Amino acid sequence: MAGQPVIELKALTKKYGDFTAVNQLTLDIFQGEIFGLLGPNGAGKTTTILMMLGLTEPTSGKALVCGIDATRNPIQVKSRVGYLPDDVGFYDDRTALDNLIYTARLNRIPFREARERALSLLERVGLSHAAEKNVGEFSRGMRQRLGLADVLIKRPEVIILDEPTLGIDPEGVRELLALIRELSRNEGITVLLSSHHLHQVQQICDRVGLFVKGRLLACGDMSDLSRQLFGGATHTVELDLGEWNDELEQRIRSLEHVVSVERVEADALEGSSYVTARVICSDDLAPQLARMAMDLGVELHGLRPTKYGLDDIYHRYFEGGEVS
Amino acid sequence: MSESGTAKIRGLFGRRAAAETAPKAGSGRVTPPFWVMVQKEFGDHVSSWRFIILLAIVTVACIGSVYAAITALSEGFSGSFEAAPEFLFLHMFTVSNGTMPNFLTFISFLAPLIGIAIGFDAVNSERTKGTLSRVISQPVYRDDFLNAKFVAGLQLIAVVVFALGFLVMGLGLYMIGYPPTPEEFWRVVATLVVTVIYVGLWLNLSLFFSIRFKQAATSALAGIALWIFFLVFYGLIVNLIGQATAPSNPNDVGAVMAHQNFLMFLSRLSPAYLFQEAASTLMLPNTRTLNPFITVEQGYLAIDAPLSFGQSLLLIWPHIAALIAETIIIFAASFVLFMRQEIRSRQ
Repeated sequence: MAGQPVIELKALTKKYGDFTAVNQLTLDIFQGEIFGLLGPNGAGKTTTILMMLGLTEPTSGKALVCGIDATRNPIQVKSRVGYLPDDVGFYDDRTALDNLIYTARLNRIPFREARERALSLLERVGLSHAAEKNVGEFSRGMRQRLGLADVLIKRPEVIILDEPTLGIDPEGVRELLALIRELSRNEGITVLLSSHHLHQVQQICDRVGLFVKGRLLACGDMSDLSRQLFGGATHTVELDLGEWNDELEQRIRSLEHVVSVERVEADALEGSSYVTARVICSDDLAPQLARMAMDLGVELHGLRPTKYGLDDIYHRYFEGGEVS
Repeated sequence: MSESGTAKIRGLFGRRAAAETAPKAGSGRVTPPFWVMVQKEFGDHVSSWRFIILLAIVTVACIGSVYAAITALSEGFSGSFEAAPEFLFLHMFTVSNGTMPNFLTFISFLAPLIGIAIGFDAVNSERTKGTLSRVISQPVYRDDFLNAKFVAGLQLIAVVVFALGFLVMGLGLYMIGYPPTPEEFWRVVATLVVTVIYVGLWLNLSLFFSIRFKQAATSALAGIALWIFFLVFYGLIVNLIGQATAPSNPNDVGAVMAHQNFLMFLSRLSPAYLFQEAASTLMLPNTRTLNPFITVEQGYLAIDAPLSFGQSLLLIWPHIAALIAETIIIFAASFVLFMRQEIRSRQ
């Protein structure tokens, strides 16, 4: 995946009055990769995308797409980039085929070729039976697939999908994601997709950027992401022990991968027949900890290993809405 | 796999890039995006219900006015060609038997409606449907989108206005059996051109509202409000101002004339007034001047004869220029507004 970045954002900033929608965003996306921009609603994902396409001007910073400045030469960028807005609209009183041909002709593709491409793309996204139907009769999932065909008809180098899976049923989502993945793998198209559905992002993205309140908090693949976000502390083991002493604590601390050890106030209602300790570590240490307790002759009442996953990331950053 | 796929894509891009540069070399096979948009807009208009309804209203109005004119003409003079007044053919557009307004009145009344109906949802409906962001994210200039809307609308208006004008001419020719002279013909054509410009102004105004207001209903209402304002209230307001600012000494000729000129200026700010003056000057060749002040000498010395076509045209040249200027001002405002707007999917 190495090489020249296809999308380069350099300290991109967009302010609406006092409100900063995108704050000093720097990001490189490389040829052929699927990059997921993950963030809650209102995080500035769509604004970032608009700036990449030259549809809105950044307050400061630069967006280079395929080496072209999107703010200065939006036409050149837009002829290389396909953009699927989050709620894509079609001319409802026209057929699917007409809609695609129109887009193709706006890209200076002659009518005959536009028609051929439209037909083959409709087949590819599984809509060839509905080619002559008015788009007004389409279901949400069909519209989204038509949207993908619409994006591909100009044979783009990069496709940008804004919330492509919003409002589609699970089966539709699965098909759409498979289609996107196939495109990226077989044709080397660089894909940038924004979403607030972490599981979908997890399924198909090579790299993910976590975007909250206009700032990129972390960027990388899944394990990179949790390392960056939790400072290497990806696992937590809670131990319920018959007693707690300094020797035990020392020995636990001396283990490899341990980040911190702390005592948790036991639940008063349970009569405190044991002590609870929480060990935060960068690898799963549950077996070692259990063995250590045995060796020292400390009774082990309970052992609860937990792993930080994307769910925790989600809860920590999105649902709480707080950036700690 | 990935390598060959990439190569395939590259190859296609090569072809596409060649296609992009081809029109400059003069192959001319690829329609520029602007004209693609114009074609689509035009097609959309023609096949829309709105257009059919509009056409029906205007056609009925035209046929009615022709009927009224012909009845009036046959009542007014029955007999030989010698008794026929000058410019008999033009009378078909300007006289009425009193049951219905004449053609010119109808047109000056309905023309704004055509413009408003064609333009009021041009931009905001695309915005709410989400098609605007899709079109704008294609490699087209943003202003081309607006220009295409205007050009397609104007084309449509030209077709409608000329079709109706020639329909009335043909109908009149058939009913009264009196052919127009070349001068009469050119006067009618010039009137139709002025009408197209006038409707174009209203089209622009409604385009402006469709950019400004997110709801199609608001923009339609704004257009209609302005239409009624200029048609009904503007004259009243000018009269009110006239009464309030009337010079205290009616014998002071200079003051009275300055006052009248001021009122004339106010009236002529209204595109409706400009159009009425321009169209009636073209259709009534006996109009020698649009200035309300003629000295006794001027009135006495003037030859009581109709103006030639060229002179009539000269008389209303400023009016046409003013109509076009107003159109350009409104278009510039729409342009600035549209270029500054941020286009997100459905707002």
